[in-house]
Amino acid sequence: MNRNLQLVWNGFIPENPIFRLALSLCPAVAVTTNIKNGVMLGVSVLFVQVMSSCTASIFKSFIHPRIRIPAYVIIIATWVSVIDMILPVVNPAVYGEIKLFIALIVVFAIIISRLELFASKEPLVPSFFDGLGMGIGFLFGLCLTSAIREFFGAGQLWGFDVLGFKPLLIMILPAGGFFVIGFIMATFNWIEYLRTGKVPRAAGGH
Amino acid sequence: MKISRFLITTSFCLVLLLLGLAPVMAEGVGSGSFQKDTGIEISFGLPVDEAWAKNPANFDVYEKSDPDIKIAVDSVTLDPRRISATLRFKEPLNLAAEYVVDAKDITSDGKVIGARQFTIKKSETQVLFGLLLGAMLISNFVFTKYLGLCIFFGVSQKKDTAIGMGITFTTVMILSAVMCWALLTFVLLPYNLSFLRIIVFIGTVAIFVQAVDTILRKVNPYLFKRLGVYLVLITTNCIILAVPLENADGGHGPFASFTYALGAGVGFAIALFLMACVREKLEVCRVPPSFQGLPIAFIVAGLFALAFLGFSGLAIF
Repeated sequence: MNRNLQLVWNGFIPENPIFRLALSLCPAVAVTTNIKNGVMLGVSVLFVQVMSSCTASIFKSFIHPRIRIPAYVIIIATWVSVIDMILPVVNPAVYGEIKLFIALIVVFAIIISRLELFASKEPLVPSFFDGLGMGIGFLFGLCLTSAIREFFGAGQLWGFDVLGFKPLLIMILPAGGFFVIGFIMATFNWIEYLRTGKVPRAAGGH
Repeated sequence: MKISRFLITTSFCLVLLLLGLAPVMAEGVGSGSFQKDTGIEISFGLPVDEAWAKNPANFDVYEKSDPDIKIAVDSVTLDPRRISATLRFKEPLNLAAEYVVDAKDITSDGKVIGARQFTIKKSETQVLFGLLLGAMLISNFVFTKYLGLCIFFGVSQKKDTAIGMGITFTTVMILSAVMCWALLTFVLLPYNLSFLRIIVFIGTVAIFVQAVDTILRKVNPYLFKRLGVYLVLITTNCIILAVPLENADGGHGPFASFTYALGAGVGFAIALFLMACVREKLEVCRVPPSFQGLPIAFIVAGLFALAFLGFSGLAIF
C-alpha cells in the first residue's frame, strides 16, 4: 500500500508530467485560457491514462514487443473514443472549445510513455496507481496554469469576475501560455534549488 | 546546407507562381469578388445612378445552394467613377461557398436598364493559396495553435537536426494526410463509420511511419541514418493527427488536404528552424540558473508567438 501511495505522489510533484518531464506540453499551453477547460481536459486525460494503463498491463503478455507502439496507440485511441462520446453529453459547451484536444489525447506523449515505461512491465495494481498519479499531476499542472492565465488575462476565476478588470490581456493570447509555463517551470527549478542546493537539469524530452 | 537552400528556393518559386496565378483566375464577366468576409464587390461595366445604388433593397444576395435564404445587405458604397459597388453585410460570409447577387432595375442616367446577376466564388487557386498561407503563417501550428510542442522543444537544439526533422515531417505529413483523406472518403463515410476516425487516422499514421521506417532502412541506408531517428518521434506529434482531423471537419478535397498538409509541414519546419537558430545562440548566453534549458526556451517561444500574431493581418485572400 505504501508503494502505491508513493507512486501517486511521484506523479503529482517529483515527476510532474508538465513541469518536470516536459511531456504533453501542447494541451498545457492550448486549452488553459480558463479553468473550466483545464479541469475538463485534465479529468479526461486522467480517465484515459488510468484506463489505458490498466488495459496495457492486463494484455502485456499478449503484445509482441515489435508491434507494441501501434498496439498502445490503438488501446489509447479506443479509450479516447469513449471519452469523445461521453463528454459532449456531460458538458456540450466546454466540449465545443476543447474538441480538437480531446481527439489529440491519443498522441499525448505522457500517456504512451507511461505505458512504455511502466504499465508494460508491472502488474495491474501498481499500473493503476501510476496512471492515477500521472493523471492527477497532469490535472494539477493544467489547473495551476489555467488559474494563473484566467486570473491575469480575464480577471476571472471559474467564469466569475474577481477583479472586474483585465490586468494583462497578453496572458490569454497565444504568447501568454508559453510565458506562464516558462515561469512556472523556472519557479519549480528555483524551489528545488533552495531545497537541495543544485539546479536540476530538465528532462527536456519530447 | 545544400538541402535547405534548395528547399527555400523551391518554396519561394511556388509562392511566386501562386501569387501570379491568383488574380488571373479571379477575373470573369458578371462576377464579383469578396472583400474580406464582410463585403462583396461587383462591377456594372457602366456608370450607375448613385440614388439607385445606395438602396440596399435593390440587391438580392443569397448562397447558390439555398436561394430561399436571403442575406441582408447592410449598406452599399459606390466608387468615385460609379462603376463598381461594394455591398457590406452584418453577418460574416462563408468564403468557401458560392454567392449570387441579383441587381434589380439597374438605373443609369435616369433610365432603367434591367436586371443583372452576379456570381461570386473564390477560385480553387485562391482557396488553396489561402489554406497554404493560413496553415503556414497566419495560424502557424506551433505558435498560434500550440500543436507539436513536444517535438518542437525536443529537437530544436541544433539547426541540422531541425532541418532534418522539418523535411522528414513535411513528407510524412503530406502523404499521411492524403491517405487519411482517401480512407475517410472511400471507407469511413460510405459505411457511416466516421465515429471511428480517431482510431483509423492514428492507426494509419502509426502504420505509415512504421512502413517508411522499414522501407527506408533497406532501400536507402544513408537517408535512414540521417532521418531515421526523427521518424519514430513523428507518431507522438500532435500536428500529424490534427491535420487529418481538421481536413475531415472542414470537408477538404484531395488537393485542399494536400495543400493544408504542405502548409502545416512547412510552417512547422519554419518554426523549428527559427527556434534552433535562437537556441544555438542561447547556448553561449548567461541565462539565470533556474531558467536554463526548457524555461528559457518557453519564454523565447512566447516572444515568437507574439511576433507571429502580426501575421493575423495578412488575410488578403
